[in-house]
Amino acid sequence: MQQRDFDIVIVGGGGAGLRAAIGAAEQAKEQGTPQRIALLSKVYPMRSHTVAAEGGAAAVTSAEDSHQAHFDDTVSGGDWLVEQGVVDYFVHHAYQELVQMERWGCPWSRKGDGQVQVRRFGGMKTARTWFAADKTGFHMLHTLFQTSLKYPEIERFDEFFVLDLAVHEGAVIGVIALQIATGELTLLRAKAVILATGGAGRLFRFNTNAGIVTGDGMAMAYRHGVALRDMEFVQYHPTGLPGSGILITEACRGEGGILLNKEGYRYLQDYGLGPETPLGKPENKYMELGPRDKLSQAFWQEQQAGRTGKFGDSDVVYLDLRHLGEKYILERLPFICELAKSYINVDPVKDPIPIRPAVHYTMGGIETDPQCETSIAGLYAAGECASVGLHGANRLGSNSLTELLVFGRLAGEQASQRAAKTEWADERLLEAQGDRQQAKLLRLCDGTEGAENWVALKHAMVQAMESGCGIYRTEEGMRHSLDTMRQLRERFNKVRVNDTSKIFNTELLECLELECGLDIAEASCLGALERRESRGAHQRLDEGMQKRDDVNYLKHSQVFYQGDAHAELHWQDVDVRFSAPAERAYGDAGKGGKA
Amino acid sequence: MNTQQISTKQISVKRYLPDSSAESYWQQYELPVDDSTSLLDALNHIKEQLDSTLSYRWSCRMAICGSCGVMVNGIPKLGCKTFLRDYEGEIRIEPLSHFPVQRDLVVDMEIFLEHLAAVKPYLIDDNPVKPYDPQAPETYQQSPEQLARYKQFANCINCGLCYSACPQFGLNPEFLGPAALTLAHRYNLDSRDHGKKQRMAELNRHEGVWSCTFVGFCSKVCPKHVDPAAAVNQGKVEAAKHTLIALFKG
Repeated sequence: MQQRDFDIVIVGGGGAGLRAAIGAAEQAKEQGTPQRIALLSKVYPMRSHTVAAEGGAAAVTSAEDSHQAHFDDTVSGGDWLVEQGVVDYFVHHAYQELVQMERWGCPWSRKGDGQVQVRRFGGMKTARTWFAADKTGFHMLHTLFQTSLKYPEIERFDEFFVLDLAVHEGAVIGVIALQIATGELTLLRAKAVILATGGAGRLFRFNTNAGIVTGDGMAMAYRHGVALRDMEFVQYHPTGLPGSGILITEACRGEGGILLNKEGYRYLQDYGLGPETPLGKPENKYMELGPRDKLSQAFWQEQQAGRTGKFGDSDVVYLDLRHLGEKYILERLPFICELAKSYINVDPVKDPIPIRPAVHYTMGGIETDPQCETSIAGLYAAGECASVGLHGANRLGSNSLTELLVFGRLAGEQASQRAAKTEWADERLLEAQGDRQQAKLLRLCDGTEGAENWVALKHAMVQAMESGCGIYRTEEGMRHSLDTMRQLRERFNKVRVNDTSKIFNTELLECLELECGLDIAEASCLGALERRESRGAHQRLDEGMQKRDDVNYLKHSQVFYQGDAHAELHWQDVDVRFSAPAERAYGDAGKGGKA
Repeated sequence: MNTQQISTKQISVKRYLPDSSAESYWQQYELPVDDSTSLLDALNHIKEQLDSTLSYRWSCRMAICGSCGVMVNGIPKLGCKTFLRDYEGEIRIEPLSHFPVQRDLVVDMEIFLEHLAAVKPYLIDDNPVKPYDPQAPETYQQSPEQLARYKQFANCINCGLCYSACPQFGLNPEFLGPAALTLAHRYNLDSRDHGKKQRMAELNRHEGVWSCTFVGFCSKVCPKHVDPAAAVNQGKVEAAKHTLIALFKG
C-alpha cells in the first residue's frame, strides 16, 4: 500500500472542493506556512456535478437590495429550519465570492455598461442571481478547475475513490483511497480533511442528478459517528424532463416562462402564489417565481385532480417560453433549447416544454458547526454533502452555487489553520485501517457467486425512496420505506461482485456507492418518519400533521449510525436568534410579510 | 416521441480486459430500444442486465460533464447525446482513438490534462489596476461585445472528442491539440487577461499551433459547437504576429 503525507486532504473535486483547495492554499501563503494539499476525486474534477447547475448564484448586488432581504428570503424559504447565524454569515460573504470568481475569469453575463447582469429566481424578493447564460455551474466549475492549476501545492488524485476516513481518538488522521485505474489502495495521512462530495439525489429513481451523486462522503462521516442532519428534506425541482429527469432550469421562469396544466391554465394561482402576473412580466415571489417546494407540491395536486397531461408514460405540465421570443430565448437559455431538442424533441421556441418534478437536491447532510467543522476534530464538510444549516427545510434556487464558494473557502481556510498547528498521527494507525478496507474489498470480490445482486438492491432502494419519501408522504409509506432500507442493508452483506478485475472495476464502485446509499437512505427515512409535521419539502398527508408544528418540531433531526443495528434519531435546537418563526406566504398573501 | 416503439438492436463493443488478456476482442449485445434510447442508456442497460463487467465512464447524461466519449462506427461521439434511433444495422462502439486504452471503453486522459495545464488556462493579470480586495470587492468591466469575443471558446467541456478526430494528435501526442489551444485562445481573447505573452511561448512551439494542418474534423465532432479549428487558426495568426514583433524588437 502506497502511503503519502499531506497537510490537508480534500475529498471531492466539484465547486466546493476546488474552492476549498484554493482557499487553503491562499491561507497557507498568508500564514507563511507552506502546506501540501491533496485533492481527491472519483472522477476528473470537471466531471463533478457542479457542472450541471444551470441558473445562477445569488448575492445582494443592486443598491436597492439588502443583506436583510436575502437573509429573510433564505430563512422563510427554509421554513425557519435554518441556522440564522450561518445565513447571516452567508449573505454577507456572497457578493465578494462572486466577484472573486469574476476576477478569476468566470464569464458572467453582462449588462450593456459592462457590469454583471442579474436575473430573477424563485423565492427571492428581488433580482440578485448572477449567471453565465444557463450554464452557470459549468462555467464556475471550469473557472475554478483552471484557476486551481496555478497552485503547485495542490496535487490532484483524479479517479481515486475514497473508501474511508481514518479516525483516531476523535480526530481525523487521513483517508484510505482506491486508485480506480489500478485497484491499488493508497493511504493519505493528513492533519485536516475536507469532505466536499456532493449530495445524494441518486437515492431516488427519478432525479436530475448525475450518476456520481451517491452520497459517499455523507456515509463516510456518518459511519464514524458524525450526525446526518435534516436528511428528510429532499428537494424536488419542479421542472425536470419526462423520462430522464434532466434539469430544465428555474431561470426559464426567472426570465418569464409560465407553467400551464393540460387545460392551458396557470394553475399556480390556485396554490397561494397568485394573483396571476401578466405574461412576460414575472414578479418576484409570485406565481412561477414561488419556491420549489410549493411548486412541486402544486404539481402533485394537479396530478391528483387529473389536470396534468401525458408525455410518453409520464404525467406532465407545460413550461411555456414562446412569448419571450427566439432571440431572447437563445441568448439567455441556449442550453435549455439544446436539451429539450435532443432529449424530448421539443423546440422551446416553438412549443411548450413538458416537465415534471424530479429529485434535485439534498438539503440535509453532514452536520457541521458554522465554521464547517464536524464533531470529529479536523474533519470539515462543505457544499451539498454538508449541513451547515443554510437551507433548512427547502433550499432557494441559486443559493447553493454561492454556498459552495462561501463555505468551500471557509472550510479551506479553517483546515489550513488547523494543519499549521497539528502533527501527523502515527502512520501505523492508518495502516491498520487500510488493512481493514483491503479485507472488505477482497470479500466483495472473492469470486464466489453472491446470494444477492447489487442491481436488484439498487432498484429496490430507489423505488422505495420514491414511493415512500416523495413530494407528499404518509406514515405508512415512510414506515414501509424505512423497513425496506433496513432489510436491504442486511441483504447487502450477501452481495458479491462478478467482476474480480483490479483495473477500472466500475461494478465494484457501484456496489460501494450502493452501500453508502443504503446507509444514508435509512437516515433519510428515519428523519422523515419521526418528523410528525409538514414543513418545507417534507409534507405529510396524515391527519393532524399537515401543518408546521413549531412547538414540537422547530428542531433539526440528527441521525446517528449504529452499525448493523437500527440508526438512532435525536433532536437539536434551531438557531432563531434574529427572526422568530412566522407564517410563510407568497403571492399577495406574502405582501409586507417577511416571507 | 409520444408513442414509443420498442424494438431490439444489436451493438458490438470492443472489449479489452488487461488483467486477463493482452488482446482486445469484439462482443455483441442485443437489447431493447425505443426512440429515446441513447447509447449511454444502452451501455447502462448492458451493465445492469447483461454483463456487469463492461467498463465505461459516464456521469451527467446531459452532455455537459464530458465523461462519456466513445467511437461510434468510427466517429467520436458523446454516448449520452447519441441516439440509437439514428443508426441502421450494426453499431460498433470502441474507446476514443489516439488515447491509450485502460480497459474496455475507458481511455487514459492524462496527456489531455497535461496539455490543458500547459497553456496556462487561467486569467493572468499580474498588475491589476485595482487588486481584488474582499473588503471592497470590485469586478472588472466587460461589455457584452467583449464577452462575445471569447464566449464560444469557453464552452469546451473537455470531452476529448476533438483529440480523437485530430490526425496530428494521432501521429504525435505531444501536439497540444484542439481543446488546449482553444482554451489558450479563450483567455487570450478575454479583455480582462494580460497573459498572452506568457502563453505564446507554448503556443508558438512546433507542438503548438503549427502542428495543426487544418483538417477541421475537430470542429465537426465537437458536441458543443466550440469550433476549435477556428480557434487554432486564429491562434496561428497571433503566433505569427508575435514572432514578427519579436523579430523587429530584435
